[in-house]
Amino acid sequence: MFQLEFMRNAFVASTFIALTCGIIGVFVIARNLSFLAHTLSEIGFAGASFGVFTGLAPLDGMLLFTMISAVAVGEMSTEQSRREAAIAAISSLFMGLGILFLSLANKSASYATNILFGSIIGISVHEVWQLVVLSLFMLVVMFFAYRYLVFDSFDSIGARVQHLPKHFLSILFLLMLAISVSISAQIVGSLLVFVLLTLPASSARYLVHTVPKMLLISVALALLGVWGGLVLGYYTNWPVTFFIATIEVVIYLGTLLYARVAQGD
Amino acid sequence: MGQPLIQAADLSQAFGDRTIFSHINFTIPRGAMVSLVGANGSGKTTLTRILLDILKPTSGQVTTAGDGHLQVGYVPQFRNLDRDYPLSVRSFVQLNQLGRPWPWHTAVEKQALNHVLTETNLLKLAATPLGMTSGGEKQRAYLAQALVNQPDLLILDEPTASLDVAVKHELIGLVRQLNQTNGLTVLFVTHDLPLAKEFTDQYLLLQNGRMSTGSAQAITDDMISD
Repeated sequence: MFQLEFMRNAFVASTFIALTCGIIGVFVIARNLSFLAHTLSEIGFAGASFGVFTGLAPLDGMLLFTMISAVAVGEMSTEQSRREAAIAAISSLFMGLGILFLSLANKSASYATNILFGSIIGISVHEVWQLVVLSLFMLVVMFFAYRYLVFDSFDSIGARVQHLPKHFLSILFLLMLAISVSISAQIVGSLLVFVLLTLPASSARYLVHTVPKMLLISVALALLGVWGGLVLGYYTNWPVTFFIATIEVVIYLGTLLYARVAQGD
Repeated sequence: MGQPLIQAADLSQAFGDRTIFSHINFTIPRGAMVSLVGANGSGKTTLTRILLDILKPTSGQVTTAGDGHLQVGYVPQFRNLDRDYPLSVRSFVQLNQLGRPWPWHTAVEKQALNHVLTETNLLKLAATPLGMTSGGEKQRAYLAQALVNQPDLLILDEPTASLDVAVKHELIGLVRQLNQTNGLTVLFVTHDLPLAKEFTDQYLLLQNGRMSTGSAQAITDDMISD
């Protein structure tokens, strides 16, 4: 299987995707941003279509759209209560734009399927490198913002009293989320980025109770999903995304059950 | 008890044309445990926000002892943590250790963390998820988080509102003990007058935009008129 270049590319890319999504996901769950993560992936779809329409690379289109809208959401919804409605409005608009750009670009429906549901065959060496560099960049940023981001995410009231720059941290995190969504969409598809950004982290918080351990478990579960998905996809010819989603859902349900039992006695 | 840790002079606060308090003066002596009492809406929280440097007063000033930079530990009134809150008590307290940005903690930080967990009787609960602990235990964890940086001043904002009598006494008794053994200066914001009388040295009473002060012994049950 590793004889094939596209499989090697897919393994490298998905390893970095799992690493990034596993880490960012822990904060997505702690900050209650699952819905926004989902919306950003829809916006990513619009961005990729825009890229196709204008001749930009799909990844660049996605980065452009998701980063701009992440900042917009951050600025619009400083009040928690307004956030859901703001996100819903933006989400509908961008799904519509995505379809418009694709239709204007005269691309076939299979192209849309690739963007929405992911494709392991389409990824080039150049794109792998771009993805690895973006992942590493995010890990470095995370390293230097770690304790502030952890405090703000896991105890927002406590963090406010310590004069942490909450607004700055929020925008910084949304930008990192936008990048994660964009780089992951290539493999798992923009509709299912959501899976890697929420399920491994949600599972982890039932199993362990410190942030470093959550990050570790979350990354491990994300890796299990993408590696397992690639191997199973290779041997069955079924879509990789199907396997990734199924593996993560099964693990999540398993940990829920485990938490029930552990709390029960 | 001795030199003033905090001195407020001619402090006024208004929001628009609504005056919260005007021209109030008070001091908080170093090492004292002082209660801030008053009816709901009397401006206790507003005053607290000024002391925390979150809010700039409309006029007047607050001076602090030493180089002017006061380390304040604060236990807020509300915390939005539910039953599913995943962090252990130890990890929760550790959140406030912000000396450096990266994930791993130094030996000194770990020592300070263990010290505060011991002081607040949380060592046995350190690995328990905070969401699974009782109301009183949660309050002790909030207290420990506020104390982990060894603040000059601890502000407790109505921490006893949702606790039953025994747990309430245990919590404030613990704070009083830290006040007496470590010389920790405490401002205890409450509308529970008997508790303020039993556990503090003096009171600050906010009423009708004015402040009066006195020895805690002089607190009477009908002091606050609504």
